[in-house]
Amino acid sequence: MSAPGMSAGAMLRLAWRESRSARRRLALYMSSIAFGVAALVAIDSFASNVTRSVREQSRTLLGGDMTLQARAAFPAVVDTLVDSLATVGVQQARVANFTSMAFMESTGNTRLVQVRAVSVGYPFYGAIETVPADAWRRVHEDTVVFVDPSLLVSLEARVGDQLRLGQQVFTIGGTLGNVPGDAGITAVIGPRIYVSDRWLERTRLLSFGSRVEYDLILRLPASLASTDGAEMLKRDLRRRIDPRQAALEEAREARGEQERQGESDDANDSTASGASATPSRDMPVTLSAKDTLADSAAAAAGLTSTAPRTRVRIRTVADTEEDFTEAVARLADFLSVIGLIALLLGGIGVASGVNAFVSSKIDTVAVLRCLGATSRQVLTLYVVQAGAMGFVGATAGALLGVAIQFLLPGVVSDFLPLDVNVTLEPWPLLLGLATGVWVSLVFALRPLLALRRVSPLQAIRRNADPSALPKEWKDMARLIVDALLVSSIVAIVISRIGNVREGLGITAGIIGVVAVLWIAATLLIAAARRSARPSWPFELRQGIANLHRPANQTRAVTLALGFGAFLLSTVYLVQANLLSRVQASAESTAGNLLFFDVQDDQAAPIDSLLRVRGHPVAQQTAIVTMRLDAINGRSVSALLADTTVRRAGWTLRREFRSTYRDTLVASEKLVSGAWFASAAERAAARAANPDLPFAVSLEQDLARDMAVQVGDTLTWNVQGVPVRTVIANVRTVNWARFEANFFAVFEPAALRRAPQQFVIVANVPAGETVAAMQRDVVRRFPNVSSVDLSLVRQTINSIVNRVTLAIRFLGLFSLAMGIPVLFSAVAATRRARLREGVLLRTLGASRAQVARVLLAEYGALGALGALTGMLLSFAGAWALTYFVFEESFNPAVGPTFIIAAGMLLLTMAIGLLTSRDVYRETPMIAIRESA
Amino acid sequence: MLVARGLTKEYLSGSQPLTVLRDVTFDVPAGAFVSIVGPSGSGKTTLLGLLAGLDTPSRGTVSLDGVDFGVLDEDRRAKLRGEKVGFVFQSFQLIPTLTALENVQVPLELAGRVTMRDAASRARDLLGRVGLGDRVHHFPQQLSGGEQQRVALARAFVNDPRILFADEPTGNLDGATGERIVELLQELNRERGCTIVLVTHDASLAARTQRTIRLRDGIVVEDIRHEQSPA
Repeated sequence: MSAPGMSAGAMLRLAWRESRSARRRLALYMSSIAFGVAALVAIDSFASNVTRSVREQSRTLLGGDMTLQARAAFPAVVDTLVDSLATVGVQQARVANFTSMAFMESTGNTRLVQVRAVSVGYPFYGAIETVPADAWRRVHEDTVVFVDPSLLVSLEARVGDQLRLGQQVFTIGGTLGNVPGDAGITAVIGPRIYVSDRWLERTRLLSFGSRVEYDLILRLPASLASTDGAEMLKRDLRRRIDPRQAALEEAREARGEQERQGESDDANDSTASGASATPSRDMPVTLSAKDTLADSAAAAAGLTSTAPRTRVRIRTVADTEEDFTEAVARLADFLSVIGLIALLLGGIGVASGVNAFVSSKIDTVAVLRCLGATSRQVLTLYVVQAGAMGFVGATAGALLGVAIQFLLPGVVSDFLPLDVNVTLEPWPLLLGLATGVWVSLVFALRPLLALRRVSPLQAIRRNADPSALPKEWKDMARLIVDALLVSSIVAIVISRIGNVREGLGITAGIIGVVAVLWIAATLLIAAARRSARPSWPFELRQGIANLHRPANQTRAVTLALGFGAFLLSTVYLVQANLLSRVQASAESTAGNLLFFDVQDDQAAPIDSLLRVRGHPVAQQTAIVTMRLDAINGRSVSALLADTTVRRAGWTLRREFRSTYRDTLVASEKLVSGAWFASAAERAAARAANPDLPFAVSLEQDLARDMAVQVGDTLTWNVQGVPVRTVIANVRTVNWARFEANFFAVFEPAALRRAPQQFVIVANVPAGETVAAMQRDVVRRFPNVSSVDLSLVRQTINSIVNRVTLAIRFLGLFSLAMGIPVLFSAVAATRRARLREGVLLRTLGASRAQVARVLLAEYGALGALGALTGMLLSFAGAWALTYFVFEESFNPAVGPTFIIAAGMLLLTMAIGLLTSRDVYRETPMIAIRESA
Repeated sequence: MLVARGLTKEYLSGSQPLTVLRDVTFDVPAGAFVSIVGPSGSGKTTLLGLLAGLDTPSRGTVSLDGVDFGVLDEDRRAKLRGEKVGFVFQSFQLIPTLTALENVQVPLELAGRVTMRDAASRARDLLGRVGLGDRVHHFPQQLSGGEQQRVALARAFVNDPRILFADEPTGNLDGATGERIVELLQELNRERGCTIVLVTHDASLAARTQRTIRLRDGIVVEDIRHEQSPA
């Protein structure tokens, strides 16, 4: 870009020399970019570290080369197939996961725990760390358990104490350290207990009623362990286990669709607190296809498939890698938005800082022009300076980002089931640096362009000329830079988000916020021009007049401040809204002690045990497990094969845990249809027509995903018995309440005689009484689990606290990144303010009066920025809460005002701080500096 | 060498046109030492700006060595200034971030006609010539007003300009220091044959030039050739 006549070397030298006094100032402006770069470098580097670690530890994460997972006992075909695979060298290990009550023999203390019953061989890769170190090898020899350290605390137990699970007493053999593939955070939900599956039978916990997840882990011989080999085996197994399901999944894979999260999930099941149900009894499963694995062919021959209903999910190492990598990428994308906003906010800081810098360089440029410098040489000189300082700012940001990257594993280690090896990642570092330099240059270029138009006449003029930096709306270079700026933002956002539509949406959102702030600032300028009254004190009039004086920074300060306030308040409002919902839900529960897995014959004794001790039973809810057989007479298999109607597969395949009752409960609201008719009316109708279908009520989302409406008929398979129903109504359910909530509620006559279990909620005085009650119930009914809801609340609080910490960090980060931007924007008017302050002091104004003028100006700027940001944050938080979290929005107005007040004070403090020379020094010193 | 023909400059003051220079015509031959005088607001600085190609006239032409400024765009005029024109300003206008030596080198570096080493050596010579050989690495703020103006003189002459424009070169200096600057200007005019056009309020300074053009209300009211040659 160097003009002919001047070598690049000479230009660089001149740029370096000329920047002497401005380097610090320019570096400060450019540091606005540092936080954005830091965020991007930290996020990308850490994501890269995690992805690399996943790749290195994927077998350890899975515990083997392949796993088969089911939410009920595996169909017989799976056992047959896996046994036959042993002949080709495939080894197997099993894990059963379920919740149960742990009972301390010595103290009688109880606690709901997550039991992992593992077979010999588990895990094939990695090792379970325990304290004492070598204790794990006793797991299959003695009746020992290994527990999370938190369980010892809550049960007041020590290693070596006796602990009962169901009917079996175990010795606590040690505490758990790192467990491959198991994130430490899961212990917050319920402490984990590892035990050998050898003793599972003796506990009698799985005989009936517990909700169990089974994992079958395979270690493949070298010939099959490659990615292709494992993938082939997976397909083959899938076809043999459930040919129909396999065909559907393969078709979907061919279309490139991802399995929907939760599609095979029983989340939001019968109760948010984990009420369980009977595992479905699987149909006898056989297989007719010839096995492609040579030795297992005979084992499978002669079997015929009759569509197993237990869904078996098969995962390979490659699947685990892909899932983790995708999850990490998605999280990184989300966090990137914060980084991007920081970067763009930094860009605004750079622009306003460089604007101030440009004003201070008019005289020098005029002289250079007199001495023969072309406009191109002048522009190059300052672009080189800005680029170099942008590089310094971006480098500082990159170093900060690396520091954060090294700190992150300590913060998130509990949330990740693997050890993250932190290493320097050159690519994210370079990308962050390049993005930072580019953004600072593009944002700096706009104000720098004005230097091309500085007239050499300025050098012989006696006074500064306001038209020294004339603006021309039709200036082609300026239009090109504007286009470059907008397209850079769009390109960076889209490349980070990885989705054009979302990228454009986010860019539009950011531009919308900037536009609103811009308009607010313009209105303020107009109001300041018109509103000043002669009756106002001089300081106030002067301060307000500063808002509309030539070359004011009202827009830049409002933008920087408003954006900061907007981010901070939005983050706070969303957090406060979600937390208040969760806490309100926890507190609105009918009782405080919840019993589940209560069998039909145990409900009455537990009920009377509670009543005898004077503890009222708040709720007793029946749970019946079932699957869907047909909709409007069409079988589920026909519906699954039908691609003309868009129906979510999960609604057809899942096992439902439903209840029956006559009334709506507090957590439900009717949205269409009418509630069930009275018992008498129904009985009369059924007497007249014995084939009349029973009435059922569906949850709104289920009805939508199932593509059904009021009046449609559904046929259910209630543990072998077909039950025909008609949808009487559709209702919404507040799933966040700690109560038994259901997708489908039947009229009582439909299910009263079906095999069922119960959830009982009671009101028991907190503390020792609750513990005693739990102790007595567990002693008499070992299969029954109970939850003290105050403990649940504590658990929620502990999770919420961790999340809050992360959110506060983001909030503080938003605030921190606003400060250099604010400094830049305020510093931009420093020269003008110095001149004016000096003049006022020369004319006899006291320091206090000058300070009051500044306070009036920054007070008005701060109030506008903070209030506009706050109003925008209400809109932003509402949109996030409503559209993303699908919750209603209750604005926390008070705390938001406190944030706005904080921002206002911060602006006034920064304003006074950057202008301190005006009222601190003597007029003479200030005159010299402003000259 | 410098030819001004019918120079008129008008500005808009509000909606009223304001003529600050009206139909000014004169020639300045090579090697001349000319002063332009007049009261405040008479159009001296405007005329200097037009003569140096810093501004364009509303009507009329200025040509330097036969090149009409009017047909050149601003960048070409800047190049021509870099090659043929030197400036000295009342407020010195040194670049505050550069040392004395670097300030003097700037015109050479912008033109790119000599190597850095030659530029430095030439700048050093000139600074020695104006008596600042021991102050070459000082920054403007470390120099007195007279020293700063001498640096500005050295800078003005470093490119061997054909013509030098000086805008109130002694206006910010005390009598003795101003006297030294005038002597330097005269020496350089004599030794290098450089044409000098200076704008001043100071009648005694004007009297020491070869010719004085007097302006009033934008019109040339007097054009006197002094008999004595500059001392």
